[in-house]
Amino acid sequence: METKNKIRVLIAKPGLDGHDKGAKIVALALRDAGYEVIYSGLHQTLDQIMQTAIQEAVDVIGLSIMSGAHLPICEKLINMMKEQGLFDVYLTVGGVIPHQDIPRLKEMGVAEVFPGGTSFEGITTGMNKLFK
Amino acid sequence: MLKAEDILEGSRKAEAQKAGARMIRLIEDNDPSAFELLKQLYPHTGEAFIIGITGSPGVGKSTLIDALITEFRKLALKVAVIAVDPSSPVSGGAILGDRLRMQRHATDTGVFIRSMASRGQKGGLSRATKDAVVVLSAMGYDIIIIETVGAGQAEFDIASLAHSVGIVSIPGTGDGIQAVKAGILETGDIFIVNKCDKPDADAACHELVMMLGMRNLSETRWKPVVLKTIAQNGTGVDKLVQSFLSHLNFMKKNGLIDRKKKKLDRLYFQSLLKDLTLEKILVFMNNSTDFKEMLKKIESGSMDPLSAAELMVNNLITFE
Repeated sequence: METKNKIRVLIAKPGLDGHDKGAKIVALALRDAGYEVIYSGLHQTLDQIMQTAIQEAVDVIGLSIMSGAHLPICEKLINMMKEQGLFDVYLTVGGVIPHQDIPRLKEMGVAEVFPGGTSFEGITTGMNKLFK
Repeated sequence: MLKAEDILEGSRKAEAQKAGARMIRLIEDNDPSAFELLKQLYPHTGEAFIIGITGSPGVGKSTLIDALITEFRKLALKVAVIAVDPSSPVSGGAILGDRLRMQRHATDTGVFIRSMASRGQKGGLSRATKDAVVVLSAMGYDIIIIETVGAGQAEFDIASLAHSVGIVSIPGTGDGIQAVKAGILETGDIFIVNKCDKPDADAACHELVMMLGMRNLSETRWKPVVLKTIAQNGTGVDKLVQSFLSHLNFMKKNGLIDRKKKKLDRLYFQSLLKDLTLEKILVFMNNSTDFKEMLKKIESGSMDPLSAAELMVNNLITFE
């Protein structure tokens, strides 16, 4: 049946940066790769992102961050995910992420990092890899 | 493993919201365990007032629902929303963007918003939607709002799910004939002309009132209402909430609500019968030797697909 095993992804932009073109384009690319993408828009607080991830029963939370605050945001969200018991939900992050920060992000539990310049193919391959 | 007891607490406990959300996921994924759980939940349903919101894309359905949530919350009613968006017929993926307009309610524990992709079902709503309504009703929400995909003209389905149907339009979109030919005039209980700060709002309302007036309605039937709103800033939405509640009261007074609930049950039963029968027969057929033989015959050209299907079904099902 067609309804089997769709992967649900929440695309959210935490904090104050007001630039969501990238997030929207990634949402489209993921749709075209067969994902169900919940797009929650700009200026989301971490509480909003958590509640949305819970209510939507997503498999992945994808953050788009351009503000430079990716390290504290991801760390806080990962802790919240643990508190809420969302152990089977992956966190991925894209946007303006300096390469030297990627090891730190992975260390704290971010599943995939897609810094600016990553191709759509790179994103979908990276996401697909999580569900192999 | 999900338990029905956990889900039942859904509108009261944050933990249980998670259980309800997971349950809806099982339904969407057609997981076999969902059916058993639904059976356990069903006896706990029936209290919620189910509202359908439909209308063409871009008329402001999601923004209107956002404002409706605010008004219902003022009355201390707990609200759940199911927002359906279309799946791509090519990739099977979907962008579910309705809740974008409702995010200010995301952290309100008395509100539960769930996006669903149509996943190839016709008519804009699927049985999965009905099943999800069962879950939300069992979770104890007072109001359940269903937002259909914005297809506009092919959504009679909503009448088979909701107690009250609101049809949203905007000023300046073609003549009223559009509304009549679509047949949605018969489906709607409340007609909302949204974005009423735009020109021609009064004309749009008058036209709707006139068209609705042309129908023959007996005294015992609800007379559809036409209302103006500006969802963006909440104008008119308090009146809209009052109209939905008056419709509910009207149905209660006339015993119509019981009749409607019985009708919805019957329709649910019929759609379940269809789905379950089909599933069972398809599994059986796909595994049968007949099926493989027929397939060979079709492939070799010794039999056409129509005759093969007819023969197989006739061989399998005979009613004496």
